[in-house]
Amino acid sequence: MNENTAGKKVLSLALMAIGCIGMIAALVLDATGSTVGFRGPLLIIGAIVFLVGLYEFPTIEHHRSIINFIFLFPLLFTFIVTVVIPMILGIFYSFTDWNGVKMNNFVGLNNYTTMFSEKSFIWSIVLTFLFVVINMILVNVVGFLLALLCTQKIKGIGFFRAAYFLPNLIGGIVLGYIWQFIFSNVLIKFTAKAFGLNYSVLADSKLAFCAIVVVYIWQYAGYIMLIYITGLQTVPKDVLEASAIDGANATTTLFRIKIPMIASTITICTFLTLTSAFKQFDVNLALTNGTGAVKFMGSTLSNGTQMLALNIYNTAISKNNYALGQAKAVLFFIILAAVSIIQVRVSNSKEVEM
Amino acid sequence: MKMRKGPFAILMIIAIIIAVYTLFPFFMVVLNSFKKASNIVASPVTTAGASFGQLKANLSAVVGNSNFNFWAAFGTSAVITVVSLVLLALFGGMAAWVICRNKTKWSTMIYMTFIASMIIPFQVVMLALISTFRDVGNFIDIKMLQSIPGIVFAYCGFGGAMTVFILTGFIKGIPYELEEAAAIDGCSPEGTFFRVIFPLLKPVIVTVTILNGMWIWNDYLLPSLMLGQNGPVKTLPVAVQAFVGSYVKQWDLILTAALLAILPMIIIFIVAQKQIMNGMVEGAIK
Repeated sequence: MNENTAGKKVLSLALMAIGCIGMIAALVLDATGSTVGFRGPLLIIGAIVFLVGLYEFPTIEHHRSIINFIFLFPLLFTFIVTVVIPMILGIFYSFTDWNGVKMNNFVGLNNYTTMFSEKSFIWSIVLTFLFVVINMILVNVVGFLLALLCTQKIKGIGFFRAAYFLPNLIGGIVLGYIWQFIFSNVLIKFTAKAFGLNYSVLADSKLAFCAIVVVYIWQYAGYIMLIYITGLQTVPKDVLEASAIDGANATTTLFRIKIPMIASTITICTFLTLTSAFKQFDVNLALTNGTGAVKFMGSTLSNGTQMLALNIYNTAISKNNYALGQAKAVLFFIILAAVSIIQVRVSNSKEVEM
Repeated sequence: MKMRKGPFAILMIIAIIIAVYTLFPFFMVVLNSFKKASNIVASPVTTAGASFGQLKANLSAVVGNSNFNFWAAFGTSAVITVVSLVLLALFGGMAAWVICRNKTKWSTMIYMTFIASMIIPFQVVMLALISTFRDVGNFIDIKMLQSIPGIVFAYCGFGGAMTVFILTGFIKGIPYELEEAAAIDGCSPEGTFFRVIFPLLKPVIVTVTILNGMWIWNDYLLPSLMLGQNGPVKTLPVAVQAFVGSYVKQWDLILTAALLAILPMIIIFIVAQKQIMNGMVEGAIK
């Protein structure tokens, strides 16, 4: 028994040592600029061998801690490399003249002052706020009405729910192009006959903005509907019965009982619509790509339908101005965080009142 | 109580009208995939000029197209989605269990970091993410950009927070006595997790898999940045974007490509309708 443990200990230490040597060798090869093809695999195999050695280490006292470490490691490692490091670097780069590959100088708040002097960026902020407010109201109202409809006793209700939810399954890029077709090839036939409007609604900035709103509601209302249905089903039957006996009509029941009782669902739905409308990118890109003439602050802009997420993307990727795009993204994050926190606070206080 | 017929008939009609509206775009895609470009432009809502022969012609033109490359894109999307989902369920379950069963300063801090990170929009990390991945890839000589392992790695990082959040909530509800009993019977901690806890997680893993799956399958921005618009590897949304970019207003081909792109999701939805709809709601409520 004792020998067995000792042997296991030696094996475990040996594995850990081999793993360490492998990893160090790989890193040394990297640092010296060697081009041998096996440094990458060597590093990974080294890390795995090390973890196996650690796992095999014969200890009853610390075994639990070792397992905790090994279990946490994969997710935490990917999380740090993909979220934490880029987040910190991103904030740091927004104060420099970073060009996507390297940075030369600190420029202080230059990027932040530049972006506020861009009228097109201010327009994007205004447009995004408009889009968020309109959608927060419309998607919730439409979703709630659909939920009321889908909790009635209609035949084939399962089919209707699925049909209303279906658009939510499709990615923004694909449905953006589908709707582009509908607006510019199908709808135009009707608008031409009815109003003599013989150009696509997407060609007019204001109408194109409405078109994005329509597509967004089409895509998102079914999802919000599902959440409201679940909320409505939690309203206890006996409460509804009691109110019916007391002579409450449908409208009173709706406003005095159902809506107050699903206040927490309303909070969830407004939060979801707020954050997702704010980050709207795919449909914006596929439907109009942000184009459209608009008069704003005394000058004519060519990004009439460009919302914040797309503006950031275009600044960094299309115009190759990474530092400025990054600074805009940091502002985007700050606005989103602030707005979400305010929304949650306001809703929570409202819930208590109800 | 006798049902009043009138109001319900009206509701039924309203429900049908809305269903027609929500399904109309899908109907347009299917109908026009059967037509030539000239017929589509002339009369998009009628069946004039629609034939199976034309559908075949459109399909072969789209599937064989070098910009779209449907089967390659479909395969890439499928591999990325499936591998990411499996790893997220496994690693997420492991991490959530450790976080949940250890009430130390560290585990609380890690949990809080995960929660806080959920509000971070992709835009604020995307630019630095690309350069980090490029640098790391160069340094260790493993391709992180334009490669499937790199993008799976990124999805594990981005999906981790929400997965852990939902799984932690569920594990809290599993009685700790179960684990104690397993430990008394001589089960190691890792054995306890894989034999006792992980099988119990099944319903909630279905939920996170649906949530993550919908997002990963449909995601455009991350793969377009990491794989490149015209790189050797493309996911389905990236391929659609590249395809449309190269065939401006060729609606016969674009709509057929759209049909191919939405078909897998619709088939899955028809098969697992209940699970998907429940999963989406549960994910939102938690």
